[in-house]
Amino acid sequence: MTAPVDDPAAARLPSGPGAARSGSDPAAAAARATEAILADTLHGPHRGVVVDSPPGAGKSTLVVRAALELAAAGRPLMVVAQTNAQVDDLVVRLAEQNPDLPVGRLHSSDTDAYDKALDELPNVRTSARAADLAGLDVVLSTAAKWAHVTVDEPWRHAIVDEAYQMRSDALLAVAGLFERALFVGDPGQLDPFSVVGAEQWAGLSYDPSASAVSTLLAHNPGLPQHRLPVSWRLPASAAPLVSDAFYPYTPFRSGTGHGERRLRFAVPSDGTGPDRVIDEAAQTGWGLLELPARHTPRTDPEAVRAVAAVVARMLARGGTTVSERSEEPAPLTADRIAVGTAHRDQAAAVKSALAELGVRDVTVDTANRLQGREFDVTVMLHPLSGRPDATAFHLETGRLCVLASRHRHACVVVCRAGVSELLDEHPSTEPVQLGVTVKFPDGWEAMMSTWAQWSEHRVPWRP
Amino acid sequence: MPARPLDARALAALAANPGCRRRALLDGAGVDKAALADALGAPAAFGQSQFAFARGHAFETRVKADGGAELLRLVHERLDPTAEPPRQAEVADLAATNNEGRTARTALALREATEAGGWTLLDHPMLALQVAGSPAFLEPDAVVVHPDGTWTVVEIKSFPVLDGAADPAKVGAAARQAAVYVLALEEVAARLDPPPRVRDRVLLVCPKDFSNLPAASAVDVRKQRAVTARQLARLTRLEEIAGALPEGVCFSPELPAEELTAAVDAVPATYAPECLATCELAFHCRARALAAGEVTALGRSVRAELGGLRTVEEVLAAAHGEAGEEDDPAVAALRRAAALRAQALAAATAEEVPCP
Amino acid sequence: MSLITTLARLEAVRSGRARPAATVRHRHLSERPLVFVPLTTAGEVGAPLGALVGTDRHAPRLLAVPQPRDRDLRFAFLAELADVVLPYIESFTADVEPAERTETDPSTGKRVKAEVELCTDAPQLIVPSRSGIDYVRLLGRSMRFRRTAEQDPDDPHPAPPRVPLLGRWLTHFAERARVPGSSMLLALTEVLARHWTTGQSALEDQHLGALLAWISPPEGLSGAEAALHAERARDAGGQLLCPPAGPATDPAFDNKLLAPAVERYDRARGALAAAEDGVQADGRLGALTAAEEEIRALVERCARPTWDRVWDGLDLLRTLPEAAHVPDRWTRDRWSFTAHRDRVLAGEPPQPRHDDAVTAAAKLAAREREQARLDAQEALDDPLVMAGRQLAGEAFAGEVVDVAMAYSEGRRPSPRPLVTVRTGDRPHLTGQTRVYRSLDSRPQSAECVAHEDGGEAGGTLIVLRLLDKMGRGKEPAPGSVPEKGDRVCFTLFEHEQRGGPKLPDPEDTPWTHGGPPGEAGAPEAPDPVTEEDLL
Repeated sequence: MTAPVDDPAAARLPSGPGAARSGSDPAAAAARATEAILADTLHGPHRGVVVDSPPGAGKSTLVVRAALELAAAGRPLMVVAQTNAQVDDLVVRLAEQNPDLPVGRLHSSDTDAYDKALDELPNVRTSARAADLAGLDVVLSTAAKWAHVTVDEPWRHAIVDEAYQMRSDALLAVAGLFERALFVGDPGQLDPFSVVGAEQWAGLSYDPSASAVSTLLAHNPGLPQHRLPVSWRLPASAAPLVSDAFYPYTPFRSGTGHGERRLRFAVPSDGTGPDRVIDEAAQTGWGLLELPARHTPRTDPEAVRAVAAVVARMLARGGTTVSERSEEPAPLTADRIAVGTAHRDQAAAVKSALAELGVRDVTVDTANRLQGREFDVTVMLHPLSGRPDATAFHLETGRLCVLASRHRHACVVVCRAGVSELLDEHPSTEPVQLGVTVKFPDGWEAMMSTWAQWSEHRVPWRP
Repeated sequence: MPARPLDARALAALAANPGCRRRALLDGAGVDKAALADALGAPAAFGQSQFAFARGHAFETRVKADGGAELLRLVHERLDPTAEPPRQAEVADLAATNNEGRTARTALALREATEAGGWTLLDHPMLALQVAGSPAFLEPDAVVVHPDGTWTVVEIKSFPVLDGAADPAKVGAAARQAAVYVLALEEVAARLDPPPRVRDRVLLVCPKDFSNLPAASAVDVRKQRAVTARQLARLTRLEEIAGALPEGVCFSPELPAEELTAAVDAVPATYAPECLATCELAFHCRARALAAGEVTALGRSVRAELGGLRTVEEVLAAAHGEAGEEDDPAVAALRRAAALRAQALAAATAEEVPCP
Repeated sequence: MSLITTLARLEAVRSGRARPAATVRHRHLSERPLVFVPLTTAGEVGAPLGALVGTDRHAPRLLAVPQPRDRDLRFAFLAELADVVLPYIESFTADVEPAERTETDPSTGKRVKAEVELCTDAPQLIVPSRSGIDYVRLLGRSMRFRRTAEQDPDDPHPAPPRVPLLGRWLTHFAERARVPGSSMLLALTEVLARHWTTGQSALEDQHLGALLAWISPPEGLSGAEAALHAERARDAGGQLLCPPAGPATDPAFDNKLLAPAVERYDRARGALAAAEDGVQADGRLGALTAAEEEIRALVERCARPTWDRVWDGLDLLRTLPEAAHVPDRWTRDRWSFTAHRDRVLAGEPPQPRHDDAVTAAAKLAAREREQARLDAQEALDDPLVMAGRQLAGEAFAGEVVDVAMAYSEGRRPSPRPLVTVRTGDRPHLTGQTRVYRSLDSRPQSAECVAHEDGGEAGGTLIVLRLLDKMGRGKEPAPGSVPEKGDRVCFTLFEHEQRGGPKLPDPEDTPWTHGGPPGEAGAPEAPDPVTEEDLL
């Protein structure tokens, strides 16, 4: 991870019970939620605890804290994450919080199976064999690797991270390894999927292609479900939009108030579209750079150049950010900016357009790969820009949610005009499976509501 | 010519192609599209087998037998189990001579049943929904009034629920249809004080497995309701479409085919193959779209990577280097695709051994 | 849809004929397939109207149900179907070859090799379209829980002896059809559309007549004209000249021809039942037989065109050479067939209504693996498929412009030559992407070390480090390293599939998935009989 998710939630935990009572203080609300989660995890009667965490709500901090407390309570712990990068990140955080804790990193036998930086950590042992790590307080690995582990005696406890991105069948393969578990994840991000049809199991509680959490709750409806109520990442300008559009039934708020975060540029606007949209975003948190309506292929050269121009101008204009992290303005550097796209070829096109402008070190990636990451400013190529039709892929709420929730200060959306017409003309012939709980929000609805809000920050531009 | 009610097929056509102006105008104006298609020489291929009709009718009769006792029991069990179980079913009398009369009787019966506070079944009530400025009449299979004064739409379908699963396309269509009834019921409810709540879960009743026994499922139609409400709201823009037409355009099937074709062509259509399953005019529109070389006639997804290119000739010319700019990524990709395809076909004819 | 397919469609429009979508045949075709053209009764679930079935294109067996709502007649149809299908299936059960299979030893839990039988060939069912596969599944479901008089002497309506067994086999075929690349039960429209691209939409390709019209239009007609004729043309009586491939029939057929015929049959039967003496009965029996014959003729009239088209379609497919990996996938079908044969022989109960959690997960994992295998094998077997992967950035082909010898570090240095390839493709390379090429039908892997613009000569230069398949010596085995000037093709996808995760046994289903299924092995109850089932 190039952008460390430096989460203030842990630092702000109140010291006494009195602090937790003030209702309007986001830190107090977050702390109350965390205490309740830990109480259920450590002392509750249930075999499982589920935690919904919206973007930037301190999920990793919670996982690390729960791991440390479980270890301190003498309960051997296994941690299941979904990707190697997520596992490595958790190992590093654990070692930072408690350098003396004996930690095992179970990895696959592929080359580059884990981040070599872990080799520098004195109390972290790495191995491709679970037996080598027996007896360590905490052992971490991916769900895929855990699925090949067999044990005589199950672990007392497990933490399953990114549980909403884990498929039910992956949980089935590892659930025999532990007695109890804390499941943590973000229900608003991209759902797991299968490349082959799984309709025959739709409606079954254990549909193997469904998310691990939906199966878990279908079979254990009484499990305590918590949510982290505060996003420490999203600014006050973004949290309501993201919460309303993507988490309508589990709202959250921003940990910072209006005006607590500021984005400024030393060089004034030159009056062009990119500069005007940058200023709009700096002021309001959102900006929509709208290009003339036109049907284009995915790698629309004008839109790609517009994205690159916005990024280049942000850097050229000497941006600074002010936030609760420091009194001093921090420079908005390339590594604090990301570009998000729906498709890989779009990301590749943006990368080469940025290279032509001499811009390096800006992260450019698809929504899938930006999950879990955080930046100061993001520029999004809207998934529906220039499309003659919308497909289920482009309407997936998780994709738009990821793209719209990576930033601490501002997000610029680049798009061709015509999105509302496209949505109006989208056929609504979705099949319905009996017995499957309807998932909210609907992609079409989320597209509509976000578009309506972004339209208020519209800067039309003819490049 | 009397305007036709907005039936299930018109609603399905709306869902399948909400952007088609031709369909919007004809449906909004209540034109008989089947008669129009006949007159245009491209008759629709929709028909119902009398076997299916007889079976469907027998099933519905069975489900509603005994004054709806079984149906009310299913509504209670699936949607409202905490309410008192239905003992004595009230069946509202909805007889009237015409649609307007039945609509009024339905509204009256709904009000009385809501005030009475028991279980009431309304068998084939008549509802009116404002579509494009005029009332469209709708006839749900049944509406049930709960003791708490809430209302539920019941849809009875003849496709089976086999081992708990049913054809998702058919369930989806039933959900969209039920969502329209929910919207229409909400209009009735809004005129009462306090307005009763129309439940957003409807009851879908289908034959169970291979039998004639009912299998009832609660279906959440919130999504379909939201989408349909928006689509119906758009239909009010009909004046805009009509305003763009030349003076005196008429769609009477009595007209000579040539004049009729010209009249229909005056309203732009957005044909896609999905229309074949839902719209009476589809064969006519398909023939016109193919004649014009529209690529979407081969499927909506065909256009996804073609950018601004719309016709078969444009695309082929671009692919073979006869037209288009190399720096247009759609053109460049087409040329790469054409080259790769040509190479592969040449390789296959030259030697049996494929690429190593 | 990939641009290559889009182009093929547009070329088909322009030329008026379907264009190739494959250069080889990617599905196994049996020497002796069993073709099954079922027809169903509208509105009735699992009430067959009739069928043509058999292995001889010139002599299909005609089955018909003169009154589809009569359970006894339905059972008679199913029994007759079993008499055709089961002997065909059973003709493959006896020929076996010895094979090895890895099994888990129940006492030690270790993976051990076991000597087992593998049927040398397997049956193959061909239906006209995708809905035909669904119908096979439906028929299987309607039969497999039935009880015969032998199984349940108290059943008032016992099924004919072999009907439940047919249900189990049809269920197996239909379930196998969900496995990507399997050829045990094929829908002809899907196989044809896999190999040819027409000038109509994929939706319209589901019409067998229209699809074949594009692939081989009759003399003097374009594909579009022939397809329109197949789809729409009706005779003076309003009947389609090319009836739908079923199992659903055309409403005009039902209403104008079938319904009156069924009514005549009902009347004749009623009259026979009311006959007062033998002479009268004899005469009325004749009328009944005539009425029945009439319905049989209608069923044949409706199904025969489809039957002939299915065989025409098979002929077309046989003009394509079989792809190299097809036998490999057919062997998997043979394993599947042998395994089900053994389950039947072992007296195991019929497939349950619902898979348990473990079975569902295992099936999904197997199908995902088979999908990846199919995608890789089709690309390796067929340059036209590979072209699509190249266009998508998942493979690249080009010329080797440089080879530099290099070695791995460590005590025993192994060859790790650096191969530079110039390609016109644009693969999605990020970091040290692994790539693979087929070397004597086995995958050789390499990693991408660098890639840069190809300069004046064009394209992209990709530097690869070869990693394996070069033998054990210090020098690479002959032929294992490409030479300058060689044409090579590397893929970003793996050629062979790894095994999936080990899942628990069903009786060890964890608490997250509901725990062990209750009463393991309890047989599923048959469907309850309702009065509507009987006239």
